[in-house]
Amino acid sequence: MSAVTTPAPTTLDPAPRKPTRSSEAGRAQSRGGRRALGILAVVLAAMWVFPIYWMINSAFLPLNKLQTPEPTFFPTEGTFSNFRRVLDDPTFWAAMRISLGVVIVVLVAALLFAFLAALAVSRFRFRGRKGFILTILVVQMIPAEGLFISQYQMLDGWNLVNKVAGLSLVYTAAILPFTIWMLRGFVAGVPIELEEAGMVDGLSRTAAFFRITFPLLAPGLVAAGVYGFLQAWNEYTLALVVMTDPAQRTLPLWLQGLVESNRATDWGVVMAGSAVIAIPVIVFFLFVQNKMTSGLVAGAVKG
Amino acid sequence: MAAMAPALQQDDPEVAFPRRRRRKLGVYGLLVPAAILMGVALGYPLVRQFVISFQEYGLRQQFGQPAEWVGLKNYTDLLTDPYVWTVIGRSIVFCLVNAAATMLIGVAFAVLMSRIGRASRITLQVSLLLAWGTPVLASMTVWQWLFDSQYGVINWVLANVFGLEDMAGHSWIIEPLSFYFVATVIVVWMSVPFVAFSVYAGLLQVPEETMEAAQLDGASARQRFWNITMPMVRPVLSIVLLLQVIWDFKVFTQIYVLQRAGAPTRETNLLGTLIYSYSDEFSLAGALATIMLVITLALTGFYIRQMLKEDEL
Repeated sequence: MSAVTTPAPTTLDPAPRKPTRSSEAGRAQSRGGRRALGILAVVLAAMWVFPIYWMINSAFLPLNKLQTPEPTFFPTEGTFSNFRRVLDDPTFWAAMRISLGVVIVVLVAALLFAFLAALAVSRFRFRGRKGFILTILVVQMIPAEGLFISQYQMLDGWNLVNKVAGLSLVYTAAILPFTIWMLRGFVAGVPIELEEAGMVDGLSRTAAFFRITFPLLAPGLVAAGVYGFLQAWNEYTLALVVMTDPAQRTLPLWLQGLVESNRATDWGVVMAGSAVIAIPVIVFFLFVQNKMTSGLVAGAVKG
Repeated sequence: MAAMAPALQQDDPEVAFPRRRRRKLGVYGLLVPAAILMGVALGYPLVRQFVISFQEYGLRQQFGQPAEWVGLKNYTDLLTDPYVWTVIGRSIVFCLVNAAATMLIGVAFAVLMSRIGRASRITLQVSLLLAWGTPVLASMTVWQWLFDSQYGVINWVLANVFGLEDMAGHSWIIEPLSFYFVATVIVVWMSVPFVAFSVYAGLLQVPEETMEAAQLDGASARQRFWNITMPMVRPVLSIVLLLQVIWDFKVFTQIYVLQRAGAPTRETNLLGTLIYSYSDEFSLAGALATIMLVITLALTGFYIRQMLKEDEL
């Protein structure tokens, strides 16, 4: 537990270091062997990405190209009609509004609260610190399905069922543990000596924190934000329980509705709906992922 | 850092740590918002669920009838039902198989990433990221379409590329074993990227100097991998495996959505979906959720203790 004194982890700089040849040299790994591994990696990459490719491919295909004995592998005669049907659907936009509302509330609340808590556990030693960290870990084991009923009843008692506020409340509580876990790794990664030096130079503790440490935490906050965004945007089960009114559906519930009304009739529209929901997330995710993993690893190995 | 050392030496406690006492209380102030929120939306339902599990609490009680204390009746009802045991067994097997498969493939991917050229590494990383970033429900719909019995591309490939004629029109989710196979494929596909990236980030932390020193001392590549790399990434491996076991044991969405796609519910239930199916009998749901939490702790408790002992928390 060397929380406060841990030096800056190299994980704050997640740019992949090139694996050195020298570390490889002892292995009888010829240039050819390396190339074979490279080819293997590309084949695996193709396998892993195929479902996503298939989603986009099918989204562009008209019904008569989807329901053929032989699959159509390239959307050469593609059409935008599936996407148009999704985007012309008012229930899609209603669900979009609900989802955006929930995401915004959850992000603001979770980031702020998690940040404060992460600060406490990684910058201070106090009675109950280890207990708090342990609780955060154990909370993630609670089978969410077991809580649904009492969460539903609680929200019902406060008239928060089918409300953005109600869903946001349970979402925020659900993502807080992991967000605190992640942020604490980042906070621990900024050496306290930097702040102390600022204080020696005459800054107050608060000023030292906001002028010195806070800017260094920006990547961590972005990463935690993305995590929260993904969770709130993608979550299905709690939404299923809390948002029972079809008019209050979030995007995943809307998508499941679309699947169930189109199954075996029109996969093209379903794929277009999936793609429309997935693409913004994927793009967002590609930008910030390495900060996320490094934050997690920092959280795992640093106090 | 070196530049700051002189400044630190004239460190006067009064200057460096003013208002020590007030800060002590302030620490708890920082924890309060998060603690209250988790207490209200997680802690309270958890306690309530626990209390209900000792009561008779069904639909009638929801409409105002007072709940009656029944002691351990809900637990004995559940634990004397062989079906519940079947589901518990299934869930444990499903969890272990999925966590093991995810870890093996994920670690293999991470090691692969550290041994290949830049171009192929980025190709693999981008493709894993795409799988990771896709919303669960979107992934679920795509996989249902891939495994579709009539027009699904998987059946087509099996029938026409691998010559398995009888796979044409095969329905994957009717049969429990193949239902779990499909679920495993989906869960592993979604979870591998997280493991691969975390472990890869861990592999990058292994200092080159250590590796070079070991190499000079004559350690073979295999020895270096098992005696230096593996112990150094072990903290990452532990935490990732722990999370994987927790997540795979309480898997719900994937199973639920596949069931909705037309699989027989009773034959394919895991603990998550079984609890959900008790939505009219809250006390049973509460008791089963408590049992599930106990099993999770049993599966992971040893591990957590180990981590606590080694101060990895």
